[in-house]
Amino acid sequence: MQRNWKSDWIMYSPIILIEAMINGLLTGSIYALIALGLTLVYGVLHIINFAHGATLAVAMFAVWGLNIAAGIDPYLSILLLAPVFFALGYGVQRFIIGPAAGGDDGNILLITLGLSIFIENALLASFGSDTRAITSDLSFSVVELGPFLISTPRLIGFAGSLIVTVILWFVMTRTDAGKAIRAVAKEKLGASLMGINVAHVYALTFGIGCAALAVAAGLLMPSFYVNPRVGGAFVNIAFTIVVLGGMGSIPGAMIGGLLIGIVESLSGLLLGESLGQIGIFIIFILVLLLKPTGLFGAKA
Amino acid sequence: MLDVKNLRTGYGGVEVLRGIDITVGKGEIVAVLGANGVGKTTLNKALSGLLKLTGGSITFDGKPLDGSPIAAVEAGLIQVPEGRKIFPNMSILENLELGSYRRGRANRARNLELVFSTFPKLRQRIEQMAGTLSGGEQQMLAIGRGMMAEPKLLILDEPSLGLSPLLVEEMFDLVKRLNAEGLPIMLVEQNVVQSLEIASRAYIIENGLVTMSGTAAVISADPELKRAYLGL
Repeated sequence: MQRNWKSDWIMYSPIILIEAMINGLLTGSIYALIALGLTLVYGVLHIINFAHGATLAVAMFAVWGLNIAAGIDPYLSILLLAPVFFALGYGVQRFIIGPAAGGDDGNILLITLGLSIFIENALLASFGSDTRAITSDLSFSVVELGPFLISTPRLIGFAGSLIVTVILWFVMTRTDAGKAIRAVAKEKLGASLMGINVAHVYALTFGIGCAALAVAAGLLMPSFYVNPRVGGAFVNIAFTIVVLGGMGSIPGAMIGGLLIGIVESLSGLLLGESLGQIGIFIIFILVLLLKPTGLFGAKA
Repeated sequence: MLDVKNLRTGYGGVEVLRGIDITVGKGEIVAVLGANGVGKTTLNKALSGLLKLTGGSITFDGKPLDGSPIAAVEAGLIQVPEGRKIFPNMSILENLELGSYRRGRANRARNLELVFSTFPKLRQRIEQMAGTLSGGEQQMLAIGRGMMAEPKLLILDEPSLGLSPLLVEEMFDLVKRLNAEGLPIMLVEQNVVQSLEIASRAYIIENGLVTMSGTAAVISADPELKRAYLGL
């Protein structure tokens, strides 16, 4: 079938194009939230956390479970799950990954890979491979913003991501704990000599990443589904965002997330839903070819 | 103040320090001298708890040190490491604040004033990223960061390394000045001549052992040392 790309562009009215961009921006803010933990852990521990996607799946199952079993609203469950996942991430890094790595940060990579396989299969064994979703009153509601129709869950998701970003910015720049995290990221030995407990900082970083995933899960569930492998798709996108924004850069993850959201939405509109992700991976390849350090990345 | 007895340590199975005895008393500047690779930095790592001892003991301020960096900092044994190891991605102010992360937090504001009066150049640029400072300024920042922890003993590892001759002079003046205010200093240096000028006592380390020790005056006059280190 032949398509005429030029007429395709003209065919869409500006309203549809702008609406697609807004929706992409809103979805992108959640991607950014998922990328945040990945880039933070990379920035501090200099390893990729392979269990990131599996942790997201656990968080989404937790949101789903709280809704099914106790009727707790997904947005409300964030208030409960964010601290729980922070403690979980802290504990897993401090008492399982850290000791198992035996002082060699390279081993952490392998342990998180093992953890991800373990978690995904534990989820498969307990919930099966079925896809589950929450139906809430908000799932299909829309807000009218001038001529644009914006889905309500996405708007709430954007607001939630914004709040998390502001809180994280405050923690990282205004508290001693956040400053210690940034210090360990660039100068582990200097930090140790100031009495900063590196194992504690590693665990804090993991905890923050996991808490961000719990928030993302709560924001996603009203308009998304969950199955044991759902994390993979998100982490592929999140990884592209981390590379685009610059490995380890928090502002990079935020801006990169928004950009990737818009790209995905526009390429979905122009190329069709099934080819929508092509745009993301074209960007991934282009960044690696043209600016491997990413938008905000420092030279290695 | 610091009493090191028969200290042994190393990396993996390789022993680097083979029984070191060093003491630093109140109010002293003690120089620990030696060529590259004799174990000076290894000694500092062991004192700061970054390396486990394989033998011997460290007593600081009357109590044994249990061998963790946190315990060393809490006790007031503060090291300014070789190569400064400041936080390049953070501002001067943040670097100094982190100096009091574990110790001296209650007096942070007062100690900041103290550091700024010692290093007026730092006060003018508290928002500047530490990584953009010159080598001499980075060394000042590293020492200032150490002062923020209210040290009872300050270990300076190669503070003159990589500085211009003029700045080296300034650095040694500063060490003298800090000491004159009552701070005991252990100065670990390759720069033998200038270290001996300001130190009260000195130790020479060779191959993981103290081969010579005594007052700075006696050591500077030693013919063997003159031949080996001063080329006289």
